[in-house]
Parts: sequence; structure tokens; C-alpha cells
Amino acid sequence: MAASTSEVAPPTATPASNDYAPSFFTPAEWAFLNAACARLIPNDDNGPGAVELGVPQFIDRQMGTPWAEGALWYMQGPFLEAKAEFGYQSALTPKQQYRLGIKAIDEAVQAATGKPFAALPPTEQDAWLKRIEKGEVKSDALSLKSFFGSFLLKNTMEGAFGDPLYGGNKDMAAWKMIGHPGVRADYLEFVAEAKPYPYGPVSLHGKRG
Amino acid sequence: MTRRLKEVDAVLVGMGWTGSIMARELSRAGLSVVGLERGQDRKPADAFALPGIRDELRYALRQELMLDPAVQTVTLRHDDSQIAQPVRRFGSFLPGDGVGGMGTHWNGQTYRFLPSDHKLRSHLSQRYGAKAIPEDMMIADWPIGYDELEGHYARFEALCGISGKAGNIRGEIQEGGNPFEGWRSGEYPNKPLKSSQGGVLFAAAAKSLGYHPFPSPAANASNPYTNPEGVKLGGCQYCGHCERFGCEADAKASPQTTLLPVLAKDPRVEIRDLAYVSKLNYDRKAKRITSVTYVDLRTGEELEQPAGLVILSAWVFGNTHLMLHSGIGTAYDAKTGKGTVGRNYCYQINSGAQLFLENEELNPFMGTGALGMVIDDFNGDNFDHSGLGFFGGGYVTLNTLGARPISFRPVPPGTPAWGKEWKAATAKWYRHGATISVQGSNYASRGNHLDLDPTYRDPLGRPLLRMTYNFTDNDRKMSAFVTGKAAEIAKAMGAQHVGVRARSGDFDVVPYQTSHNTGGTPMGSDPHTSVVNRYLQSWDAHNLFVLGSSVFPQNAGYNPTGAVGALAYWAADAIVGKYLKNPSALIPA
Repeated sequence: MAASTSEVAPPTATPASNDYAPSFFTPAEWAFLNAACARLIPNDDNGPGAVELGVPQFIDRQMGTPWAEGALWYMQGPFLEAKAEFGYQSALTPKQQYRLGIKAIDEAVQAATGKPFAALPPTEQDAWLKRIEKGEVKSDALSLKSFFGSFLLKNTMEGAFGDPLYGGNKDMAAWKMIGHPGVRADYLEFVAEAKPYPYGPVSLHGKRG
Repeated sequence: MTRRLKEVDAVLVGMGWTGSIMARELSRAGLSVVGLERGQDRKPADAFALPGIRDELRYALRQELMLDPAVQTVTLRHDDSQIAQPVRRFGSFLPGDGVGGMGTHWNGQTYRFLPSDHKLRSHLSQRYGAKAIPEDMMIADWPIGYDELEGHYARFEALCGISGKAGNIRGEIQEGGNPFEGWRSGEYPNKPLKSSQGGVLFAAAAKSLGYHPFPSPAANASNPYTNPEGVKLGGCQYCGHCERFGCEADAKASPQTTLLPVLAKDPRVEIRDLAYVSKLNYDRKAKRITSVTYVDLRTGEELEQPAGLVILSAWVFGNTHLMLHSGIGTAYDAKTGKGTVGRNYCYQINSGAQLFLENEELNPFMGTGALGMVIDDFNGDNFDHSGLGFFGGGYVTLNTLGARPISFRPVPPGTPAWGKEWKAATAKWYRHGATISVQGSNYASRGNHLDLDPTYRDPLGRPLLRMTYNFTDNDRKMSAFVTGKAAEIAKAMGAQHVGVRARSGDFDVVPYQTSHNTGGTPMGSDPHTSVVNRYLQSWDAHNLFVLGSSVFPQNAGYNPTGAVGALAYWAADAIVGKYLKNPSALIPA
């Protein structure tokens, strides 16, 4: 009964390559997604950012899974307004969240600045994302606060810190940044030690970093 | 058109821990047994093979081994003035799915309840006076004393090969164990797991404060082990992938690693997976269940399985839902206090303190589901509650479960959730963060209960189970008190930053708290306030026995599986030793 989440495309040799063509997102959406990801996890001295890690590609690939169709969730109506403690009460699937959420943000930014989100300078992009995170940017179509916290930010972290199998975390760079050894995972001889683990990470495909 | 199948001696609804134990015991007594399981039958050697099983996105985030709400869920309201909302995505609790049930993907923390937890109302009345117990607190004595159940706790621990250190062997307190625990007939089957550095520091700090640290009792085998069924468990590799995952090393005790290999070879036992039970067919006059109706999810065909004996082993929600939907017994009415099915629904009041130790290499990614050091000084009634304004408590533990990087990247309080500052903090603190957790009791309250929802339906067209539940003042005060102790220990460990979060406000179905839901079909000595008697036999249908934590009258500050396993053996003994000789009510109603 459990819909499989493993039905994703096999990894390419260079997961975060520039020549990736999105299969779900439109050019305008893709521009937004890349711009937003670059602010959520910026490229800096601590390591590559979300774009360099391949996170937009990860999110695009996730749009082809049963999860993105809401197939695993209880999606029968009526859908009523409820406090956050009652959890997700929207009729929108993750795919619809991205489609409507990106459109609503770009429209709000366009109306205020005359430009789409992706065309703003990084400091202004950060200010918009902070306002969206706090629920200060409203849309009739959906809760942008929920879109930001439950989808855009959450999926960005999944892509960055998940296995490269899914298209993000290129070269396991996010794992290297924090000191996580991936799926190496036999620590019998190390667990009682109070010193740094000596080996670099391994991915599900057996690649070593 | 429902196809009627040939009658069998016993049919079980749900093939997790309790169904597997009962199937084994009934077959041992010579009965023909059919186990019906809604989810898949996954074969560990294939489904849990390396490296795929270590996929955090697939198993921890998309929850592949869990029940999908599309298949079955509940609705929630905080009190009866609200309209209940369906739980569309599981968050705070994660019901299991498939053969092995939640035993497939649990952590393996395997406790016994305190002797005082077994007689809670009379114990508290004796110590503090009956008037000290709030009127709407529906706590009750178990109808089974700790001494009666000790051998059954031990039997489940032997089945699983629990790793731990006894604190009380036949009344003699043992150095290094839990001095508050009930007596044990012997030591644990396996020695404790190795301790992580976080556990070492926690234990030293707790000891310096005068508390009594001991290793968490673990269904993660510290050594290879052969259980009394002749099934072999491997030694734990501390891979950090217990909770939400299957174990590729066969080191985590689960139905797959303890019992199912025996059942697979047993000609008297047949397990049918993808069998979604819709109803128990009840003969009210004869006070018995005649058959079980289910849908074969492979074909969509509806089938009826007649049986002499019916076992509900479908977890808290499944057990309560099937009794309500099948019209067995009387639904509990929170307004009048009458009726019993759906009563005493409880959860657990968990909280914690996040701490950061800049100069310690905590290697948080190493670990296993029950690796940790614990203190029990503030659990149950192990401390004086006079003047505190609440009853109950919880254990306090530093667990090292495996800091899988999508889900566990703690940053000090006040750090943003994204951007440059977040990234720097994540890079700096990942290897130096740990969590001290409180596993808090939850005592039944008059308003908290389960019944059928008037609006929302499941894929079979049945009303969803409706949960009316919120935390009480007792819960919030308890949580503030015990979480304060967790923070005290974090500070004594020398932490640079401590983020403390006691449980407050309303029950929130989003953040994961625990899957230790209990009640709905409570056991007891009085048919007016309980659903099953001390043998877990329904008061309303003598051939129906109900297993699992749905029979708890309230929840203790412990993981429930030890008590759930013990009670399954207890009920099996009653069926085989008493019921089969004279199939009738074992206790007159």
C-alpha cells in the first residue's frame, strides 16, 4: 500500500551540472527556485551553497514522486481553516504548492519592485524571504508562510543533506561541511571514543568523498 | 458479494509484536492460526539490505515503513467544542505498517513499568490521600500486579535479548542499574551497550547532582544472541539507523528477528498480508465474535474469515476503531462518563534540553536506538509529589540515536533557520550537540477520548477514528518540573548553550513527539469502567482478546513495548491455560 518513494531517476555523473533541464518547473519558476535556494544556503567560506549542491535539481526530481502528488496523505474534504496545531489542512499537493507559491511570491515582488524575485539583489531577496517566513506576505491562493516553511525551506534542507542519489548534496559537500560520514555506518570500534571520526563520507552508491 | 472462508481456530487482526507473540503461543497450543495484516510482508534480507536501508530521505522523511494517512488516519480536536480536523500527514506520532508493525522501525528502548504504575490509584491514594487526586483524573489500578507480571516481562526480554544492567535482583539493589525499578528474577540477557561520550558526560553530571544513572535497556543486542525460540540476533554496529528503519544486522529485536522466522516454518500459522480488516462480526446475544471481514488489497475482493477465537492486535487506533465500528461494547461518552470503548486515551508528555559542548567530540551520528544513559529519579512516584501540584513524572536521558543529517542539525537558541549565519552555526555545532530527553507520563483525563468522526471517512467508507485530546494542567506542570531537571544536568555537563523546551500550550500534531499512544480499550476489574478484564478478554465478547497499549488505563513515563510484550504473553497464558478448556467469560461481568 505504501507508495514507493524510490521511483526517482538515477543520478547523473554531475548532479549539480549547469545543463540540467527541469522537467516540472517552468523557466520563470526555475529562476525563482535557483535564486531562493542561493539565499537559503548561500555559497560561502563554509562550503558550497544550495545551488552548487544541486538542490533545485533535487526539488525538480521530487516533483515526479508520489509524494509530490499528495498520494501518501489523507486528501479528502472538507478542507477547513484550522490552527497550526492541527497540521496541514490544505487541499494543495506539493506540486501545487510550488506552482502557486512561486507565482504568488513573484507577483508580490513584481507589484512592489517592478521585477521578479530572481532579478533582485541578494540583500533584498533575503528581506523578502524573511517577511514570507514570518507570514507578512499574503496571497489569496495559499499560505505563503506554510509554503516557505513546509516546502521550500524543508525540501531545500532535504536536498542539501540527503544522499546525492536524489540529485543534491553534490560530492557529499554538505556532509563534509558538518563532519557527517554518510552511510559508512559501522561504528562498533569508534562509538566509545571521544575523538573525531577519521574517515570521510560514503554515499549510497558507494562513492567515497 | 463476500466470499466466506473455511473456519480456523484463531484469527489475529494485525501482525506486529503482539500478533506475532500470540500467533506463536496459540500455534504452540495446537491451534490453527490466520494472521491478517493490512500492510506488506517485507522480507528483511531484501527490504532492509545495505546500503539502501540507510536512506534517510526515503525512510525517515517520506516514512516508507510507516502507515500512510491515505490508508488510515484519525481526526483531532482538543475538546468537544471544536470540529475535528483530519490528521492529513502524520507528524507527532507515526503508526506502523506491515508485518512486524512498529516493531520493525522502533528504537528498542525496553522498560518495565514501576510496581506503583501497576496500582496507580491505590498507591497515590495511600501516599497522598484519595482527595489529592483531581476529580477529572481517571487514573486506575491495573488489574494485574507487578509481581504477577514479572515472569512475563522477563520472557519478553529474553525473546528480544535486551541489553542492560539490572538495578534490583529479587530485592537486592545492584550497583550501576536502576535502583527504582521493580524486582527482577535475574540479570538482563545481554550486557549493556557501549556508552557514547555524551552518555559518559551525562552520567558523570547526573551522579554529581546525586542522581542514579544507568544504561538504557536496549533491544539492540550488545552481542550476538540466540533467543529461546532458537532465532539468532546479530551484534549491534551502532550505525545510527534504528528509528524509522529496518535493521540490516538483525541486531534490533523485532518480530522479524525474533519470531517471524519460526512462524514462517509453522504449518499451523498463515500470515496474509495486504488484508485490510473492516469489521468484526458480532453476535450480541451469544456474546461472541463469529468472523472477521476484510478486503484483499491485491484484488479488492471482500472476504469473511470465521474463527473460534479473535485477537485484536491492531495497535491503539486499530483496536479501538474496530470495536467502535463493529458495535462491541458501549462507546464512552465524555459528558456522562458512561460507556467504556474509547476511554482513557493517553499519550506521553515528552520534552527536552538541547545542549552544546564546544570542546567535546560527541560523534552524534554514531549510535543506536536505545543507546543512552538514564536517570529514573523523577519518574512515576519515585519522588515526593507533596506540594508540587501534579502527579507523574518521566525519565531523563541522554540518548545517542544517530544524528542523521536531514533531521538532526541542532544550532544554539536564537540562530536563524537559514542563510549565512545558520550555515556557519550548523558547520560549527553539528559534532558538538546532544539532546537530553524527558519521557513523561500522561494520566487519563475525563475529556480525552476516542470515538467515531461524524464527517471524515476512510478508504473503506468507515468513519475515521476521532481523537479528542489535549494536555492537562497536570501534564504541563509535570513537564516543567522534570524538564527543569534535564536543564540542570545539561548545565552541570558544562554546556556553552542550552535550549530548554518543556511541553506547554495545546497538543500539536505536527512535530514528532512519540508514538507511545495508549488507551481506548482499557483493562480493569469493573466492566463499567473498562473494556477488557485482567486477561485482556472483552467483557462483551468472550472469544475476543485485545492486545497492545490500548489496554493501558494510563501511560507511564516509560516506552511501552516492554509492558506490551509482557501483557501479550500474559494473555496468551490465560487463553491457553484457562480459556481453551472452557470457552466462556473468565471473569463474570
